[in-house]
Amino acid sequence: MDKSVWSNQKRRAVWAAGWVLLLLMAAAWGAVGQVSAQSEPPTDDDVNAVAKELYCPVCENIPLDVCGTQACAQWRDLIREKLAEGWTREQIEEYFALHYGDRVLAEPPRRGLNWLVYVLPLATLLVGGVIVAQTLRRTRRKPAAPAAAAAEVDPAADPYLAEIEKELRQRPE
Amino acid sequence: MNHEEPKTVGDTPGPRRLPLWVVAAAFLALAGFLALIAWGLRRAQQGPIVIGQEVPAFSVTTFDGEAYHTAEMRGKVIVLNFWASWCTPCEAEAAELEQAWQLYRERGDVVFLGVDYVDTEPEARAYLEKFAISYPNGPDLRTTISQLFRIRGVPETYIIDREGRLAYQKIGPFTSLSEIQAAVESVLN
Repeated sequence: MDKSVWSNQKRRAVWAAGWVLLLLMAAAWGAVGQVSAQSEPPTDDDVNAVAKELYCPVCENIPLDVCGTQACAQWRDLIREKLAEGWTREQIEEYFALHYGDRVLAEPPRRGLNWLVYVLPLATLLVGGVIVAQTLRRTRRKPAAPAAAAAEVDPAADPYLAEIEKELRQRPE
Repeated sequence: MNHEEPKTVGDTPGPRRLPLWVVAAAFLALAGFLALIAWGLRRAQQGPIVIGQEVPAFSVTTFDGEAYHTAEMRGKVIVLNFWASWCTPCEAEAAELEQAWQLYRERGDVVFLGVDYVDTEPEARAYLEKFAISYPNGPDLRTTISQLFRIRGVPETYIIDREGRLAYQKIGPFTSLSEIQAAVESVLN
């Protein structure tokens, strides 16, 4: 067999083996993650990490992780239950928004008119920046004009100025 | 000879102006934004439904998945009770509401609907079982119904007449079966 063909085949085999190894490792990692999600009960910190992003409509302006009412305690239990089932933070937030409305979320979801909340400040900053830049450019340009104009005026060529100069020279000290 | 025209002040280029369409678009966007704020404010400042006012149609889907549409209940009196399993005052009227339902259920022209406000399902179901509540009850999904009535807390009870208008409201718990009966009768007659 040709040496270069043999070398190419070896290279392909090494690449294939590498990919298989990576895939196996990814699968193993996923399995370990699942096992740990199912076997370890969520801690208070896990629950509070999700709860602090939620607000109960009953006790307005108090994040769920520090709210002391029974309603909030029930909600935290629900979060614990969902975490134990392997739900992600996003899934739990979606569940709460679906059941209790978007107002329970600390951050408005990025949909519909809510986009204004995210887009408007940036757009305002951008427009403001453009206006400030234009104004600065204009104010920098303005002082140059009178200076240039003054440099261009020759007092000797202007009979009026020449007359003033003459009168000033004739005035007693 | 190197000849150069002397520059005068009038020759300097003036400040660049924004194209007219940009200005118009900016004003339109601003007007749209202001209209949006006005609409939001108007909606937020709308008061609760008052006695005699027509109640907008809404639906309650019970914990068992059965849907009740108020639009399909014209001609019937609807007793709408907001409650929650975490609400202690709600417990004070729970048994009386069930008794009242038992009194009216045979008539067919009075419907009791329970709306569970900001609650968790297992606790809500346990509450219904504890007080043996048999009239339809369901969660207030996305708190749309409570926002419609602009409730201030639970329990609150609203009675809608046969024409779909709000006829009676009770903020806080009923204290007796006779109080519930008197409220329903006042709407029936």
